[in-house]
Amino acid sequence: METLLQSPMFGILLSLLAFECAILIQKKTKLLILNPLMVAIVMVILFLVVTQIDLSYYQVGGDIINMFLGPATVVLAVPLYRQIHNLKAYFIPILCGIFIGTLVGLCSILLCSVLFGFDLQMMASLLPKSVTTPIGVELSKQLGGIPSITIFNILITGIVGAVGADFICKMLKITEPVAKGIAIGTSAHALGTTKALQLGQTEGAMSSLAIGIAGIMTVLLAPLLWNFVLPLLA
Amino acid sequence: MKLFREVILIFGIYYIGEFLTTFLNLPIPGNLVGMLLLFLLLCCNVVKLKQVSTVSDFLLSHLSFFFIPAGVGLMSNFSLIANAWFPIIIVCAITTIITMGVTGKVVQLIMKKGKK
Repeated sequence: METLLQSPMFGILLSLLAFECAILIQKKTKLLILNPLMVAIVMVILFLVVTQIDLSYYQVGGDIINMFLGPATVVLAVPLYRQIHNLKAYFIPILCGIFIGTLVGLCSILLCSVLFGFDLQMMASLLPKSVTTPIGVELSKQLGGIPSITIFNILITGIVGAVGADFICKMLKITEPVAKGIAIGTSAHALGTTKALQLGQTEGAMSSLAIGIAGIMTVLLAPLLWNFVLPLLA
Repeated sequence: MKLFREVILIFGIYYIGEFLTTFLNLPIPGNLVGMLLLFLLLCCNVVKLKQVSTVSDFLLSHLSFFFIPAGVGLMSNFSLIANAWFPIIIVCAITTIITMGVTGKVVQLIMKKGKK
């Protein structure tokens, strides 16, 4: 039994099975709140808790899956390149929008964290919450956050963004499809983009374009801001 | 053969990104350096889209699967969010709405100014 659990195949198979089930559930219910990644994570955790199998056995296979996150980030360049004509057409509004949106977003996270009395580690885990997961995890490590908590925050953000996008844009009278797409991609990464694609082709294209750019801007802005506020908070 | 070549290109570019970050002490994560590198190579036509598209599309369309282990890692930090999960969700929601609103408004404003 011990040797079977120590095989990386245990963690890999468990992840594959959980993900397959989660996708089936998503297809049946079509509820954005039942995000497949979240459902799969909950299923694996429940399985490990119920069977009392130690997390370290699962992580043997888990680490192998983790390894693919690096190359998966690199290929984010492909959708960015496919949208290059859109980037060229609206270069100034897109860059200014993402820059100001990201900066205000980061400041609002710090402000809210102070109001809610979060500690520094939690703040560092919250800051990368609007970017795509592979970038967010690296940034979280760099700032001194906890990657798994960052993933939790990124998931919640994506779900809020995807579920609320239509309503938020209507309330704030954001009607231009380009503006809607950029806003959704900047604030709610790939999960929000799934919703943007449903709103329209332009919205979807702009949203996927914004993921990469918002990721780069966050990586550049967050450490600067963090180093600036750290002495004030400590 | 084509798939092997795609994997070599993508993994290779990723590894070069990590290499650059480590040896030049860049403040940007290696995976992001790899992404910028691939973007530049595509723009300069050194790498053609079809030389990486099959593996890229596979990775991108199944991206969320690769985060399962990292998410399951939450188990060992469970005590940290056990008491704070509700405020965390509230903060995530508020700041997401702010980011979305500000970004959308700025893009729309500049676009309208440009048209006039």
